Amino acid sequence: MATSAKAGGDFLSNLGRIYGLYTGGFFAFVAVLAILEQLGVPNVYIGYGFVFLTLAVYAVIGILSRTMEAGEYYVAGRTVPAFYNGMATGADWMSAASFVGMAGSLFILGYDGLAFVLGWTGGYVLVAILIAPFLRKFGAYTVPDFFAARYEGSFPRFLAVIVLICCSFTYVVAQIFGTGLIAQRFLGMDFTIAVYVGLIGILLCSMLGGMKAVTWTQVAQYIVLIIAYLTPVVILSAKKYGIPLPQLTYGQAIADITALEKKMVADGLASAATLKPHATPFINYSPANYFALILCLMVGTASLPHVLMRYFTTPSVREARVSVAWSLFFIFLLYFTAPAYAAFSKLEVYNLIAAKTELAKLPAWIFTYGKLGLVTICGKSADTVQNVIANCAAVAGHPGVLRHQDLGINTDAIVLSTPEIAGMPYVIAGLVAAGGLAAALSTADGLLLAIANALSHDIYYKMIAPNSSTSSRLVVSRILLVVVAIAAAWTASTRPSDILAMVSWAFSLAAAGIFPALVLGVWWKRANKAGAIAGMIVGFGLCLVYLVVSRYFPGYGVQYLGMTALQNPVTGAPVVDLAKAMAAPNAFDGWVTLSHPMASKVGWFNINNISSGLFSLPAGFLTIIIVSLMTKAPRQETMDMVDEARRPKGEMILQDKGAVVVH
Amino acid sequence: MQTDGDRYWRRTSTLMWTMFVLWVVFSFVVHAFVNQLNEIKFLGFPLGFYMAAQGSLIAFVVMLFVFAKRQDSIDQQEGVAEDV
Repeated sequence: MATSAKAGGDFLSNLGRIYGLYTGGFFAFVAVLAILEQLGVPNVYIGYGFVFLTLAVYAVIGILSRTMEAGEYYVAGRTVPAFYNGMATGADWMSAASFVGMAGSLFILGYDGLAFVLGWTGGYVLVAILIAPFLRKFGAYTVPDFFAARYEGSFPRFLAVIVLICCSFTYVVAQIFGTGLIAQRFLGMDFTIAVYVGLIGILLCSMLGGMKAVTWTQVAQYIVLIIAYLTPVVILSAKKYGIPLPQLTYGQAIADITALEKKMVADGLASAATLKPHATPFINYSPANYFALILCLMVGTASLPHVLMRYFTTPSVREARVSVAWSLFFIFLLYFTAPAYAAFSKLEVYNLIAAKTELAKLPAWIFTYGKLGLVTICGKSADTVQNVIANCAAVAGHPGVLRHQDLGINTDAIVLSTPEIAGMPYVIAGLVAAGGLAAALSTADGLLLAIANALSHDIYYKMIAPNSSTSSRLVVSRILLVVVAIAAAWTASTRPSDILAMVSWAFSLAAAGIFPALVLGVWWKRANKAGAIAGMIVGFGLCLVYLVVSRYFPGYGVQYLGMTALQNPVTGAPVVDLAKAMAAPNAFDGWVTLSHPMASKVGWFNINNISSGLFSLPAGFLTIIIVSLMTKAPRQETMDMVDEARRPKGEMILQDKGAVVVH
Repeated sequence: MQTDGDRYWRRTSTLMWTMFVLWVVFSFVVHAFVNQLNEIKFLGFPLGFYMAAQGSLIAFVVMLFVFAKRQDSIDQQEGVAEDV
C-alpha cells in the first residue's frame, strides 16, 4: 500500500508532463499515419491504426490504474486536481451524440437547435452553485448515498437508484450503439462484432480500476476527442476565410446562407414552404417548447449521477467548485464549435444547389454517404449516379438539377463527412473516427460505473450485505459492471430504435426524479424523508406517465388525461386532426409505433414530451415542500449534518471507510 | 443552533442567488429578445443568434470561475475554508 501511494504521488505530481507527452505522442502518431497514407497505405489500415492504437492506450491506462481499495475504486482516492477532473468530466459528459450528432441537429434545426447547445452547458451553473460542493463535503461514494444520509433511510436511497438506472441504462446503450456505428463505418466491421469490440474497450478501461481508471482514461479520451473535433473545421476555416478560427468566421457563412436561401427560392430551387431559414428562430419549436427544452436539459444535466459523481473525486470542496468551471470550459470548446460545423456544411450544400448542379455532376461525397444511407436524393438513398437520376426522373416535373427539397441529410453525416467535403486526406477522417469513439467510450465508462456502483454499493453493500469486506464488495462491483455492460451491449446489438429515441427522455426523468430532493436536501433543512419520498415518486412518476402515454398510448392520453394535439410552431395549426384520429379504429392501440397518427403528437399545453420536465419538475418541488410541512421535521442530527455540509471546513460527513476495513 | 441566520450562510446564499439570477438571464431572458437582437450585427452574426450560439456560453464559463473565486474568498473571510 505504501508503494502504491508513492507511485500514485509520482503520477499525480507529474500529470502535466505525462499528459503533455501523451498529447505530443498523439500528434506524432497522426503525422506518421499521414505519411503512411501518402506512401500509399490503404485507407482501411489507417482507420484500424487509429482505432486500435487509441484503444490500446486507454486499456494500458485502465490496467495501470487497477486498485483494490474502495476509496480508489469508487472516488479515485479523492485526489483528482480540478483541471484534470474538468477534462474527465468533459469526456464523461460529451457523448457520441454530442460529437457526431449535434452539428447535424444544428444543420437541420438552425437557430432552434441551439436549445441543445444552451441546455447542455448552462446546467453546470446549477451544478456549481446548488449541488457539487455540498455533495463533496458530504463525502458520499454515490448519489444515492446522499439520499440515504440526508433523508434518513434506505427507501429514499432505493428510489434514487431506480431513477439512476432508468436514466443511465438507455443512455449507455446509445453509447455502445455509437461505438458500433463508428467502427462499422470506418473499419467496415460487422455491426454486431463492432459492438462487442466496443464493449471490450469499455471494460478494459473501467473494470480493474473503477473510478480511478475511468478518470485517467477519460482525460486521455478528452484530449483525443477535442483534437479530432477541432482539426477539420479549423482547416476548413483557414482554407475558406484565411483565419483558423471557425467560431469567428462562421458569422460570414451564416450571412451567405441567408442570401443563398433567398436566391434558391427566387430561382425555384427551393420551396418557401419547406425551406427553414437557418438564423430565424422558432420555426421548429414554439418559443414555449424552446425554453422548456432548455430548462429540462439544463436541470437534467445537473441531476445525472454519472456527472455529479465526478465531483466526488476532487481533493477538496474548493477544488470541486473550480473543477465545475473547468468542466464547462472544456465542454464549451466543443459546443461553441458545433454551430460552425453546421454553418460550413450548410453553406457547402446550398452553394451546390444554388449553382444548379446537374444530377450527373454531383460531388463524390454525396455517394460515399449515400451508400451508407446517410444522404438521400428524391426520397431514396443516393448510392449511385444512375439511381439518383432514375429516382428523380420519377418525380413529376423534376428539372434535372439538384433542388433543396430533393436532398435529405442524416444528422450523423455532417461531422463525419466534413473532412471529405473539404477535400482533406483520409487521415483526418480517421482522426474524426477516433474522436467519436473516444466520446462514446468515455461516456459509456462513466455511465456503467454509475449503474454498477449504485447496484454494488447502494443495493448490495448498504441494503443486502452490510458486513461484507472491502474485497468482496469490490469483486461484486466488478461482476455487476461486467453484467450490466454485457446487457447494454446485447441491447445495442439488437439496434433498438425505441431505446435510442428514449435517450432524450433521460434529462427530463433525471430532472424530475432527482433534482428537487437533491437541491432541497442542501438548501432547505426542513425537507424530510416523507417529503422526499413523495416528491421523487410524484415528480418521476408524472414525467414517466407523460412520456409513455404521449408516445405509446396517445389515445388514452386524449381520452383520460386531457391531452390535446400539439401545434405547428409557425402556423399554430394542430399537427394531427384529433377528431378524425380518435374515431379511427387504431385510436386506442397501445405501444404504438412512431408512425401512429397521434404518437408524440399529443400533450398538455402544446409541450413536446421531450420537455415533460416542465410539469414534473415543479410538481416534484411542490410535493416535497407540502408533504414535508405536513409531517414532522427531520431529526436534529440530520439538520446539524446539513449545517456541516454547508461549510467546507472540517472532515467529510460520511467517512471513506474502505481503507479502515482493509486493516 | 440557529445557523441559518449566520453570516457565512447568508453571504453564500446571496452569492448563489446572484448567480442564479444571472443564469436565468443568460439561459432565458436574453433569448426571449432574439428577434430584436437579430437586428443588430456582431462580428458578422445576427446578435440574437450569436447569444445562443456563443454569448451565453461564454457568460456561463466566466460566471463559474468568478463564482469559485468569490465563494473561496467568502470561505476565507468567514474562517470556514478548508485547511488544505
